[in-house]
Amino acid sequence: MTGTYAHAPGFIVGDRPKIVTSRFEYEDSYTLTRYLATDGYQGLRAALSRPANEVHDEVRTATVLGRGGAGFPAGTKWGLTPQGVYPRYLVVNGDESEPGTYKDRLLMERDPHQLIEGCLIACYAAGLSQCFLYIRGEMALAQERVAVALNDAYAAGYIGKNILGTHFSVDIVLHWGAGAYVVGEETALIESLEGNRGMPRLKPPFFPAANGLYGQPTIVNNVETLANLPWLMCNGAEAYTAIGTKTSPGTRMVAVSGHVKRPGVYEIVNGVTTFRDLLYKDEFCGGIRNDNELKAFVPGGGSAPWFTPDQLDLPFEGSQVGAAGSMLGSGAIMVMDETTDIPAAALTLTRFYAHESCGKCTPCREGGTWLERILSRVVDGKGTSADLEQLIEVGTSICPGDFPHASNEKLGLTAVPFPYKMNTICFVGPSAYAPVNSALVLFREEFEARIVKRHTIPVTAVGAAL
Amino acid sequence: MSRLSEGNIRLANEIIGRYPRPRSAMIPLLHLAQQQDGYLTNDAMVHIGELVGSTSAEVYGTASFYEMFKFEPVGKYLVNICGTLSCALMGSEELMHHAEHKLGVKMGGTTDDGLFTLEHAECQAACTEAPCLQVNYRYRFRVTAADFDSLIDDLSAGRLVDEIPAHGTVARVAQHIPRDRGVGAVPPESVTEAPVWLDGKAAL
Repeated sequence: MTGTYAHAPGFIVGDRPKIVTSRFEYEDSYTLTRYLATDGYQGLRAALSRPANEVHDEVRTATVLGRGGAGFPAGTKWGLTPQGVYPRYLVVNGDESEPGTYKDRLLMERDPHQLIEGCLIACYAAGLSQCFLYIRGEMALAQERVAVALNDAYAAGYIGKNILGTHFSVDIVLHWGAGAYVVGEETALIESLEGNRGMPRLKPPFFPAANGLYGQPTIVNNVETLANLPWLMCNGAEAYTAIGTKTSPGTRMVAVSGHVKRPGVYEIVNGVTTFRDLLYKDEFCGGIRNDNELKAFVPGGGSAPWFTPDQLDLPFEGSQVGAAGSMLGSGAIMVMDETTDIPAAALTLTRFYAHESCGKCTPCREGGTWLERILSRVVDGKGTSADLEQLIEVGTSICPGDFPHASNEKLGLTAVPFPYKMNTICFVGPSAYAPVNSALVLFREEFEARIVKRHTIPVTAVGAAL
Repeated sequence: MSRLSEGNIRLANEIIGRYPRPRSAMIPLLHLAQQQDGYLTNDAMVHIGELVGSTSAEVYGTASFYEMFKFEPVGKYLVNICGTLSCALMGSEELMHHAEHKLGVKMGGTTDDGLFTLEHAECQAACTEAPCLQVNYRYRFRVTAADFDSLIDDLSAGRLVDEIPAHGTVARVAQHIPRDRGVGAVPPESVTEAPVWLDGKAAL
């Protein structure tokens, strides 16, 4: 079966294993009634039937990789809290705003109870005594659906005091943001949740697992990560790791947007599906629009260095994509065909990150703004060749050393692997440079063409008029 | 210039009560104030400071960091058109030009009748449905110039009032934790023991 669910715009179905999107086919997938009719809260029952440490072990064995961007295994993260320090909190990162990404929004709008159940399992396993579910401010429908789901789940005894009649008690508090990309960074999220400006904290000492919300051990998990837990508890780690590869088990939600025939969000088998599959196979995007040539694609959200057709056969697997010079990030691919104006495309992303800089670190605050200004004048045909060097110089002040980029056979380039070094606390500054660097390294001639154009204006004209 | 109403004070206290520290309720209360007045008034921010135990400068300091908070009145309908990569690739720039022309205002401007404020927005998490926009944070997908015109006409004629509330209201449903079901929030320093369910036994 292939098609789009009209009530979940963007989501495209197919005959692939479904872990987190299994209920999307129902128009009323977000209701408690539907949830209970489709094995809802059975994962919680399974978890509560075992001691908490066994549940934690199951998640560790399954290697549920974090779906927010960094890809750190959830079970390991939960284990980083210091022994004997309480209370510990769970903060759910639903502040999805990475350019190109949307899967958490769909999971919150279409299956809020699955997320709630995942939160409960995490709290039980890791001994977390209160949960804060932080939803991006601009996601009105997600906030409404989660609010209704929380109210219904409280009334039915799934959240709050003595859950399912046991001595497990936890509150889930709906919290919502007010528009700031940087708050998706976990320490900024915590600052925001404490009622402050959402500026990232230095790590160390502010590793949330040890020193997070109110200075207490805090687990920050992404929505999709937690949404995996009910299925995992019902089916076990063995069934979970049977899907995907050893290093990247399970499935992943990936949004493919831009110049493809069928842009959409797909739940794919982790670690196996290649970029070529996703972009060209009929069950996914079905090729580039108008059968145009593919020029470049961003493999992992706006922060990720770009790939070209040379990288199409890479699988959606973190270490291989990292070695090839980029990252999988938040599961978002943006596709650019031959008609794309590359410097202008890079500018939209750089403008985004320059705009979203919180201003805490100078290289990002100043550097992002300068990258945007310089790039902007190059795009407008007012740049000089010194501007191109200046872009690299500013970029190097944010990220010293070689910035990761892909290999390219035609250009004779070998890959510089991920990650980059950075002079900033968080990744917003480097992200402002990533599109500039990728575009300059892979498509320098497009920049030079604009500059050449400017130099064809006779410079003697000024003198002649006098 | 208004402080929170009696009804909103009750709601504010309910929200504050969910957090281990009152200041955590700051952003939700700012939304509540914006819902009441359409934007954040000075009096409301002073009032929020009193409720959560912060100075009004701290409240303004937090509020001014976040894009959604407005410090002067905006149109009844805030129209945010996304301009980040996926939308740009699918023609958002043309859509923005069209929108400016249709409404007769530049980006950031408000129409004379106070109905519409137009803004250039960053990624709205609907990238496969580009170009997209939000009206008071309600989505419109794959928006053509004709779609935009009929959206504006519908809003002007009051045909979408059931779907799109006036600016200030984001979610129309709030969380309510029943008194008899909630565990309740306590300051972190009053907890030192491990949660009771970490006793090495199955809970069920």
